[in-house]
Amino acid sequence: MSWRLWVPLFVFALFLGLAAYQLTQPKDEFIESRMVGEELPYFDLPPATDGVEGVSNATFADGKPRLLNIWASWCLPCIAEAPHLESLKQQGVEIVGVAIRDRPEDVARFLAQHGNPYSRIGRDDLSEVQLAIGSSGVPETFVIDGKGAIRYQHIGDIRAEDVPVLLEKLAEAGE
Amino acid sequence: MTQSRHPSESWVLSRVGALLKAIPAFAGMTLLALTLAMPLAAQDSMPPAPYAYRQLDDPAQEAAAQELMETLRCLKCQSQSIADSDAPMAGDMRHQVRIRIAAGEDPEAVRGWLMQRYGDYVSYKPEVSATTWPLFAIPVLLVLLAGGILLSRFRRRG
Repeated sequence: MSWRLWVPLFVFALFLGLAAYQLTQPKDEFIESRMVGEELPYFDLPPATDGVEGVSNATFADGKPRLLNIWASWCLPCIAEAPHLESLKQQGVEIVGVAIRDRPEDVARFLAQHGNPYSRIGRDDLSEVQLAIGSSGVPETFVIDGKGAIRYQHIGDIRAEDVPVLLEKLAEAGE
Repeated sequence: MTQSRHPSESWVLSRVGALLKAIPAFAGMTLLALTLAMPLAAQDSMPPAPYAYRQLDDPAQEAAAQELMETLRCLKCQSQSIADSDAPMAGDMRHQVRIRIAAGEDPEAVRGWLMQRYGDYVSYKPEVSATTWPLFAIPVLLVLLAGGILLSRFRRRG
């Protein structure tokens, strides 16, 4: 029997092995923003609810690094990250919020229930700022340096272990 | 005494009756629970963006926008274009595409604007590039290889 008869079986086994390997690899669904390292584009958002201030890109150009938190009152993981945003605020971090496709009364209700860690909250009814900075969902958190440039993107809700990472990235952005 | 029933039988019937009576109450409570849970659902309740579902007045511009939207990928739903998706974010992307086309932007410039933000992921247009060329080359090579093998076999037999 010729050795060549084994070639198709070998190729098939190779294919099977590759498929099995890929199945065991964790699925990475995150779409990273290509805007990290770039300046914030121009935007100017009205306040998301009564008693808060709106947000524009000029908010970030005063020399102080900040967090830009993309969230919404209708987003469940945003409730989960609320205590961690609060702890970041307690550690002296200024957090600027942008509420995506949200109603003023829902924003107010969320803040009353889960606390308000934000210095300002802008209202983005058309996901314009979200699209402009390459964010693909809620919640996402960006580290913005004092010149208004995007330095780091955190995708998904902030968990306890992410707090030190964000503090470190903020310190790096402030150097 | 034809109407009297065995005691255990009447007990069973009364239980069944109670159960039947409880169904509307149970259904009502489920509905109530669902209604209460509504604001927590991970989807917003805002109306769609103005140009999410509304076509542009100029048919030529609308055609250009439509063609572009069919080759842009929904960020929420990997295997759909933004033209096919009802996700609110896809609606917001269609709004962006339509207002940019209406303002006279070139469709490829709009694609470029999105790719500058989301990379190749957002484009649904097959393109031969440094990373994708094997996808186009391998099938051609396989067809050539199969053709070569068949040809040599036919020659040998014929």
